[in-house]
Amino acid sequence: MTGFLALLSRDLRLAWRRPGDVAVVLAFFVVATVLFPLGIGPQANILARIAAGVLWCTALFASMLSLDRLFAADYEDGSLDLLLLAPWPLELAALAKCAAHWIVTGLPLAVLAPLLGVTFGLPPEALLALAATLLVGTPTLSLIGGLAASLTLGARRGGALLALLALPLCVPTLIFGAAAIETLMTGEDLLAHIAILAALALVALATTPWAMAAALRQAGE
Amino acid sequence: MAPTLPDVPLLNVADLACRRGGRPVFDRLSFALGAGELLALTGRNGSGKTTLLRALALLVRPEAGTIVWQGANVQDDPETWRGQLAWLGHLDGLKGDLTVRENLLGAERLRGRPAADDRLDLALVAFDLNALVHRPVRILSAGQRRRTALARVMLTQAPLWLLDEPLNALDVVAQQAFRTVLQQHLAHGGLAIAATHADLGVPGARTFELAA
Repeated sequence: MTGFLALLSRDLRLAWRRPGDVAVVLAFFVVATVLFPLGIGPQANILARIAAGVLWCTALFASMLSLDRLFAADYEDGSLDLLLLAPWPLELAALAKCAAHWIVTGLPLAVLAPLLGVTFGLPPEALLALAATLLVGTPTLSLIGGLAASLTLGARRGGALLALLALPLCVPTLIFGAAAIETLMTGEDLLAHIAILAALALVALATTPWAMAAALRQAGE
Repeated sequence: MAPTLPDVPLLNVADLACRRGGRPVFDRLSFALGAGELLALTGRNGSGKTTLLRALALLVRPEAGTIVWQGANVQDDPETWRGQLAWLGHLDGLKGDLTVRENLLGAERLRGRPAADDRLDLALVAFDLNALVHRPVRILSAGQRRRTALARVMLTQAPLWLLDEPLNALDVVAQQAFRTVLQQHLAHGGLAIAATHADLGVPGARTFELAA
């Protein structure tokens, strides 16, 4: 556990030293999302109808942006060897990296999304639901993204390949995340959707660290 | 003063074989190393010095052969084995955005233990890093980074040091500092295996030449 926390705090500190990296991701999220109302026009009913889907998709793209550096930076400066040689499970190290990614990407996205929802004319309860679904859903995106990042480590055109690998795997989370907001209009149970999002996050938590560790060992060879 | 060498070597490597990209790098390689001993790996570029070091650290899966540490096959318990190792690769493994001090303390915490300040001070003094301690590594010269990486190796207090070209980029003073630290490590019963082209200044060091 000492090692896990050490790695997590190191990565957070590194992110803190380079606030620009996080700012770019959040700025992309804002700009990409705001393009939709501009492109579609001010028809409030259409905008409110597509808001959840748009915000979830742009959040997904934004969280992909910084993923290609997740393990690549450690790979290039030799720190990955030190992680591989740390006397505690590599699975935990992979998890710590994803946790740090979520804290600097997923969490701010979930906080920012309701503010952007206002530009789509979403009602207050939908804004809250949006934040809640993103809060539960974005850890899955960080874990699946981490898996794709570890698998594409050292590959040329890793960034594009990474998105190709990760995006299809994120589809279930996207479907239930966006559909959760719809429930407010159809009167279905919002909590059921959030429970499914949480279940997806737990499945990712239970499977991806092992796959990431295997991929990282392979990359270290 | 020289330690008394035990009858049984701590590290026993037998019939180790490795392939890279389908090509055998070395085959049926065997050696043993006891407390206080240094093994210098020499050989042409591409003769497999780095691969051998990586295979010993289990970073590269050996094709065949066994590595036995204190009587136990290290592949049975890789985590314990990793705890016995200090690693210096050809890359320094430092984070450019962190200071020298943060890098050193962080590396120790990554090994699952807090770094005591007195040990840190010793390592800083040994490699003359005190003036640089609060500078981000990104602005240091290659030699200063190498010194920081060597200080990290010293901090681990691990019994077996695996070093890939430890003298790279070091000036004469720093090379001497490293030799002193290495001799202290060996005098305290430590072991070291180093891929090197230069003389490490350890009397009685064994040399293993890998054929290209």
